[in-house]
Amino acid sequence: MFENDMLANVLFVDLSRKRFWTEKRRDLFERYLGGAGAATQLLHEQCPQGCDPLGPENPIIFAVGPLTSLFPLASKTVAMFKSPHTGNLGESHCGGRSAVSIRLAGYGAIVIKGASDSPVYLAIHGDKVRFRDASSLWGTESVFTVGRIIRENEPGPGVRTIMRIGKAGERLISYAGVTTETYRHFGRLGLGAVFGAKRLKAVVVSGRRSLPVSHKKQYQEVYDEIYSAAVSSPVMKKYHDLGTAENIRPLNALGGLPWKNLNTARLDEASGISGETLAEHYLGRRLACAHCPVACIHIAALREPYKDEPYFYKTSMISYDYEPIYALGSMLGISNAEGYLKLMDRIEAWGIDAISTGVVLAWATEAQKQGIITEKETAGLMLDWGDHQTYIDAARLIVEPPNEFYQSLGRGVDHAASVYGGQDFALAFGGNEMAGYHTGPATYAGLLAGARHSHLDNAGYSIDQKVLREKSLKPEELAQALLSEERWRQVLSSLVVCFFARGIYQREVVLKALRCAGFDCSADDLDRIGQDTMREKYRFKFREGFSLDNLRLPQRIFETSAPVALSDTQFIRQTVEHFKQLVLSGE
Amino acid sequence: MRLAIVDSERCVGCQDCMFACVRRQGRAGLSETCIGVRSAGGMEKGFVVIVCRACADPPCARVCPVDALMVRDGGGVRLDSAKCIGCGYCRDACLIGAVFWDDEVNKPMICVHCGYCVKYCPHGVLRQEKVEAA
Repeated sequence: MFENDMLANVLFVDLSRKRFWTEKRRDLFERYLGGAGAATQLLHEQCPQGCDPLGPENPIIFAVGPLTSLFPLASKTVAMFKSPHTGNLGESHCGGRSAVSIRLAGYGAIVIKGASDSPVYLAIHGDKVRFRDASSLWGTESVFTVGRIIRENEPGPGVRTIMRIGKAGERLISYAGVTTETYRHFGRLGLGAVFGAKRLKAVVVSGRRSLPVSHKKQYQEVYDEIYSAAVSSPVMKKYHDLGTAENIRPLNALGGLPWKNLNTARLDEASGISGETLAEHYLGRRLACAHCPVACIHIAALREPYKDEPYFYKTSMISYDYEPIYALGSMLGISNAEGYLKLMDRIEAWGIDAISTGVVLAWATEAQKQGIITEKETAGLMLDWGDHQTYIDAARLIVEPPNEFYQSLGRGVDHAASVYGGQDFALAFGGNEMAGYHTGPATYAGLLAGARHSHLDNAGYSIDQKVLREKSLKPEELAQALLSEERWRQVLSSLVVCFFARGIYQREVVLKALRCAGFDCSADDLDRIGQDTMREKYRFKFREGFSLDNLRLPQRIFETSAPVALSDTQFIRQTVEHFKQLVLSGE
Repeated sequence: MRLAIVDSERCVGCQDCMFACVRRQGRAGLSETCIGVRSAGGMEKGFVVIVCRACADPPCARVCPVDALMVRDGGGVRLDSAKCIGCGYCRDACLIGAVFWDDEVNKPMICVHCGYCVKYCPHGVLRQEKVEAA
């Protein structure tokens, strides 16, 4: 690590005392690179055992990596916190301009502690940190408006990130997210509620410093190698052309796209919400994260007439991606793009995680159809597949709960089902609502065992599709495959490299890039970092009471046929057991 | 030659041109960039690309009290860094905001129209074009 690399700077902010200071932590970045690895250590240091996730002791940690701003596609910020959704490890990743802004403001990590008495937002412009009154922003209907007001009041256009929460975060919905740059999110595991509990409405970070770099000729060569791969590889072209929504059609054709709370995994109506349909009829703009030529972010332009006056329209720009289309589309039986977009627009406005919201509403729909809950609980709503308007009404009631039922929904599907029943069809794993892949046992074993209970932890869905469809694996082999992938992803997320670029950032490329950034590492060092980070995450999880034994597996996944057959719980449980042994033994 | 913006509506806001500009100067980060990309009032509205448009009679050079900015052939300016006193008049004189500022050395950063950034714009926003003799 270069002597003058400001990556070593960790900014601490105490919201209770309105103080801030910087600490040099070369040790952290030299050992763990940054991102997930460094943030996990900071979480161990800053988060007291057993603390209330919504209490002032719970820290919010943001970390970036050594390649951020030096190379393309290393533009993710890792957020770590104790999750109010699972009561355990909270980790969420976000792109936009967040990582580049933090790095060029002169920091490798930011730790926000304490809680404010009254609403504030933080303005971090290089080494200047200001606590700004946010009373007039609190309670604003839409997160879009919050972004606009802060944008107009703060310096640094083009070189800043504006992370903000919506009403859901203010109201402590356990799966409220944090929005940056209008369309990107720290979506999962409730960072928005942690902001809300601290009365922290937003964090603005701007910076445009220069960075040290060595081996200048080689830097240029490695840069060009990564850059040309990013603009020419087929997988990147796919993300540029149709975006992640491209996966709707193939997943549905495979029989792996959950519909109507996973009552089926394939429906002909999928074409109504496919990437092709959205691009052809609605695509209005493509956007990129800072320092990424791919531009996978797809924004639909939706023109709607006002009912009270002829020829009077509003045009909304609404983002779409595979996961929200699954959660707020197919999972709710919504197969027309317009219905999905209208629901998505409101979910964005209130700042609530799209995946969890969709899964929660899907469970509620089935529960109502089965008579487990009635209109008394739903406050008069009749939830029905495909009825996007009623889902908009219900989502609003989650954010502004009129009764205990909606309060329960605001704590996730695991919680709601524990109160009202219907656990067999409550589709959460490890406390986190499932992503859109009903592909086979590797998906579900991966969701249970993964440190974040996210499909991105170890990409079990990919193992289902690429390996298990061709040949069977023993539980110990599957556990090893999941763990190897998850360990390598610790390296990538410590470098904060976008997982879409994992094909480009292979070991050799990573080592060459790191050398230019002043890190002399070997392949063994990378493996050690992956292994250590994984072990440290589990050390935190176990410390906070997590156990890999007896995790709930909803019966529904065994009732709906999947591309790779799911016969019973045994294979998944054995895989998780082997995963546990491997994590504990550090092999 | 001069750098021209073909169509800013094609811009996706990746800012790869900004990073390229700094890399061309053998540096990294953004303090020395001579091109700027920011949203046009929120990402949903697209982007504004700001760079020197190589004025034939550049106001930035006219207001420089120490003649540190020399008009280059084909328009635009070149900075003589040794002469520059960092007064910032040039920045104030540029209506389009294309005189960027390197806070670390307190000097202006102005595009020299080398065209290096064009190679790193995969979306057809930028072009290097010949300037007809006046």
